[in-house]
Amino acid sequence: MYLPVIGLEVHAQLLTKSKMFCSCSTDHENAPPNTLVCPICMGMPGVLPVPNKKAIELLIKTALALNCEISPFSKFDRKNYFYPDLPKGYQISQYDLPLARGGYVEFEVDSEIKRVRLKRIHLEEDTGKLLHVGEGDRLAEAEYSLVDLNRCGIPLMEIVTEPDIHSPKEARLFLQELRKILRYLEVSSGDMEKGSLRCDANVSVMTEKGILGIRTEIKNVNSFYSLEKALEYEIERQINLLKEGKEVIQETRHWDEKKQITVTLRGKEEAEDYRYFPEPDIPPIIISKEILEEIKKTIPPLPLQRKLLLQNTLFLSPIESEIITSEKELCEFFDECLKLYNNPKNLSNWITVELMSYLNDQKLNFRDLNIEPKRFVKIIEMVDKNEITRPVGKEILRKYLDTKEDPEKIVEKEGLKTVSDLDFLKEIVKRVIDGNERAVLDYLKGKKNVINFLVGQVMKETKGRASLDLVKNLLEEELNKR
Amino acid sequence: MGIIKEIHNLYLKKEITVREVIEKYLKNIENWEPHVHAFLTVNLDYIEREIKRVEGLKFNEDLTLYGIPVAIKDNILTEGLLTTCASKILANFIPPYDAEVIRRLKEKGAIIIGKTNLDEFAMGSSTENSAFGPTKNPWDLERVPGGSSGGSAVAIATGESPLALGSDTGGSIRQPASFTGVIGLKPTYGLVSRYGLVAFASSLDQIGPFARKVEDLAIILQVIAGYDPKDSTSLPYSPPNYLDSLGKSVKGWKIGIPKEMWERGVEDSVLEVLDSALKVLRDLGVELIEISLPTVEYALPTYYLIATSEASSNLARYDGIHYGYRNKNQKDLISLYKVSRGEGFGSEVKRRIILGTYALSAGYYDAYYLKATKVRTLIRQDFESAFRKVDLIISPTSPVLPFRLGERIEDPLKMYLIDILTIPVNLAGIPAISVPAGFKDNLPIGLQFMGPFFSEDKLLQISYAFQKLMDFSEKYPNTVEGL
Amino acid sequence: MIRNFIQQLRKTAHLARLNLTEEEEELYSKQLEEILNYFQKLQELDTSNVEPMAHVLPLNNVWREDEIKESMEKELILKNAPEIENNCFKVPKIVKNI
Repeated sequence: MYLPVIGLEVHAQLLTKSKMFCSCSTDHENAPPNTLVCPICMGMPGVLPVPNKKAIELLIKTALALNCEISPFSKFDRKNYFYPDLPKGYQISQYDLPLARGGYVEFEVDSEIKRVRLKRIHLEEDTGKLLHVGEGDRLAEAEYSLVDLNRCGIPLMEIVTEPDIHSPKEARLFLQELRKILRYLEVSSGDMEKGSLRCDANVSVMTEKGILGIRTEIKNVNSFYSLEKALEYEIERQINLLKEGKEVIQETRHWDEKKQITVTLRGKEEAEDYRYFPEPDIPPIIISKEILEEIKKTIPPLPLQRKLLLQNTLFLSPIESEIITSEKELCEFFDECLKLYNNPKNLSNWITVELMSYLNDQKLNFRDLNIEPKRFVKIIEMVDKNEITRPVGKEILRKYLDTKEDPEKIVEKEGLKTVSDLDFLKEIVKRVIDGNERAVLDYLKGKKNVINFLVGQVMKETKGRASLDLVKNLLEEELNKR
Repeated sequence: MGIIKEIHNLYLKKEITVREVIEKYLKNIENWEPHVHAFLTVNLDYIEREIKRVEGLKFNEDLTLYGIPVAIKDNILTEGLLTTCASKILANFIPPYDAEVIRRLKEKGAIIIGKTNLDEFAMGSSTENSAFGPTKNPWDLERVPGGSSGGSAVAIATGESPLALGSDTGGSIRQPASFTGVIGLKPTYGLVSRYGLVAFASSLDQIGPFARKVEDLAIILQVIAGYDPKDSTSLPYSPPNYLDSLGKSVKGWKIGIPKEMWERGVEDSVLEVLDSALKVLRDLGVELIEISLPTVEYALPTYYLIATSEASSNLARYDGIHYGYRNKNQKDLISLYKVSRGEGFGSEVKRRIILGTYALSAGYYDAYYLKATKVRTLIRQDFESAFRKVDLIISPTSPVLPFRLGERIEDPLKMYLIDILTIPVNLAGIPAISVPAGFKDNLPIGLQFMGPFFSEDKLLQISYAFQKLMDFSEKYPNTVEGL
Repeated sequence: MIRNFIQQLRKTAHLARLNLTEEEEELYSKQLEEILNYFQKLQELDTSNVEPMAHVLPLNNVWREDEIKESMEKELILKNAPEIENNCFKVPKIVKNI
């Protein structure tokens, strides 16, 4: 048996309007190449960096929320290396005095709370983007490359964990929880597919005797799924090597998404000597108690806390709580609704069943919706008061979300109020029984389930406006006469 | 009367136009340049635009540099005007923006008359390390003008320009000022914005002015000094009115004479000439006190380790990708980097990049870079304690007279030792000024005044008083016949 | 000793991405050795209780507000570039391990 030992290095772009050291916009997603660039972020001769206060605050906010210790004295350093996406020939980063150290992230693995400790969190600038031109647009196959500097200089936070993770699944759950936290804190969009959240993994395997193996670093993991897959592959590769009596080599490996394997990128002896030294263009950072207190005030409860609260005080099920806290906006929506409607269990049911099925069908995230708690609660209340039936309520919810029309008006306009006129219903029941002879025969022969079919027919006739129980009773009454 | 005042009086009396003033200086440039090569770029189209721009302004008191030409060291960026750093690697670089000092000069009505020669990327003490040929000392055309701001100093000495800007990382303003018989000031680190100055060693670089007369120096310093939010190392500080301090008495001031800076390695001829300068100071009523700065003898290695380390990083951006020289025959990125940089940089620049890279590299960082930054602390502490006892400190600006071209270029260490008296000032971050204090065999010799942080007003005050009694501002070189 | 230093020099020149000719290698290794020997002088000073100084001014927390300003027109950004394609900077084949 071997125990995987995994540590992650997570890079998250911070949600600032402007770049880390200049005033260019960070909104680079759809910008044409090299249009969000100025002399500072392109590293022209003579330019100087001025740090973005907001980026420092967002990092500290994250660090406080993750229980880190904030360094009272911190500084920027230069990390020197040559690459075309790094126009200054150095990246402004933090070396021996990062803004934050220690801390941890807690998350659930199979209903158990797991804690992963953090080494440090530091601030740096993102690099530009390279477009590889040639067969297969991959680095190794490219004939030449093109450099777009729009992304260059976007503030980047690097979160480094201790090697506390022991399975690929744990790694994925950790990263998912971390993203959720970053979104709750509103410090990063956390979109892995857009590259605003990136992750490198360090992995080794420990033998039964507790001897730690040689580790490798995996780069180019671009989704939660590939993180898990890449780790599974790499752990198996390492175990196989050891079983064959071979050695794992300390190196950096590249996750090949197409082939689903890791391949050697560079060895230890090829590792760069980054020649870090203090950035002479930026004076040090001194974080006072006052600054910390100000930032502390802006930190909301974290998703796991919220989830446990829903479970323990409102007695929602773990699954329901998980769904409701999966997005900060949804969780806030739940809170708002709860102020208007004091039946958490029922509210949760409407959210986790009806609302979620709408989102799934439409392939939307909750935060893409523009839903008013007042209107949502109104729909539930109408159902509760029997003014409309549940199927109608569900239909109204969809119509409301599609059109944003007032649900009460929809009910009125389309005449969807529950039918309580007994004579009218009895007439329909008779009509359904008369028109479905075979079903009626089956029922009378003892196939009692057929009644559901007949109920459905009645509901169809009433456009779902009748109470289910009532229809069933009337049907049974009428059938028993036959 | 300062030259600025003189020209402004003529403008007020309408006896001369801006165009005529510029043409007069262009004539001087035309006469001197074949002999001294102080300028790398004098672009007549650019100057024409500058003249038109200034002609469009209405002359008033606030335009303190209205219609005054200023020569700019070619490591300070000028929008639309070639800026080369005297390097092949930037031979065709046209900046898309103005340095902050240029913006301020233009705002006050100054006219950028041209870009002056320097040691490549300001690395050198003789202006011989220019990729476009050396500048020569107008007092003796066989000798160097000092460096690295040699072109700017010579432009003042010859009268090709009444004012100039240079940059000073280890003495690059003061030493050429001394070698050419003009005044040069290295301001307090953080007084003048470095935005748009091509970085050599970021924690040491400062832009500063050259002039013939203290009044003129005070006026241009006033324009370029003061906080700039684009430079994080610029101090939020409002400078006093520098002209106010001129003419005030310096009687009773205590001036320290650090024995370490007057004894070892200073040529006798320099000491001889400066003896009479000390006498002038006594006549002004200042008290000369011998002091000690024990760590200044460590300043040279400290400086060269810090400066080259920072330079190795600052010059990484010249990689042939985003701007600058590229050898286009390279098939892969790494050879493109290596060949472009190998061909684009000159010998001294490469030497310093390697020295700095070495000092920062794994296994050597502690012994070299880190050690040097610690010794730097000690050097600053030495100055701090000295300034608790004295108002100012003086020394020769250079331990030697202007030397012959080629005399030291083969031996870098010998060249580095030239800076031994100017370097401590940059390490401490304090201001210093070099003032002409006499001649030996028709070669100028400068006296250096050093003061505590932001004591520019005091430095100007004593320089003004000194120049009153020892005035060489009307003395021009006559090495070129017919001028 | 000298040969040793040439190895050192080559490694350093690679880190700095500088092509050196053989003559340059020979010259620089001789000169740099001399310079570094002279710099040994620093080791005379005991600095065990001295803080390093990276900044000369007592400044800290020099920050700007998070505000967007116009970027520079891409024509100006690309104007000095040796080679461009599709408004991007063009670079030759990036070989393994840069």
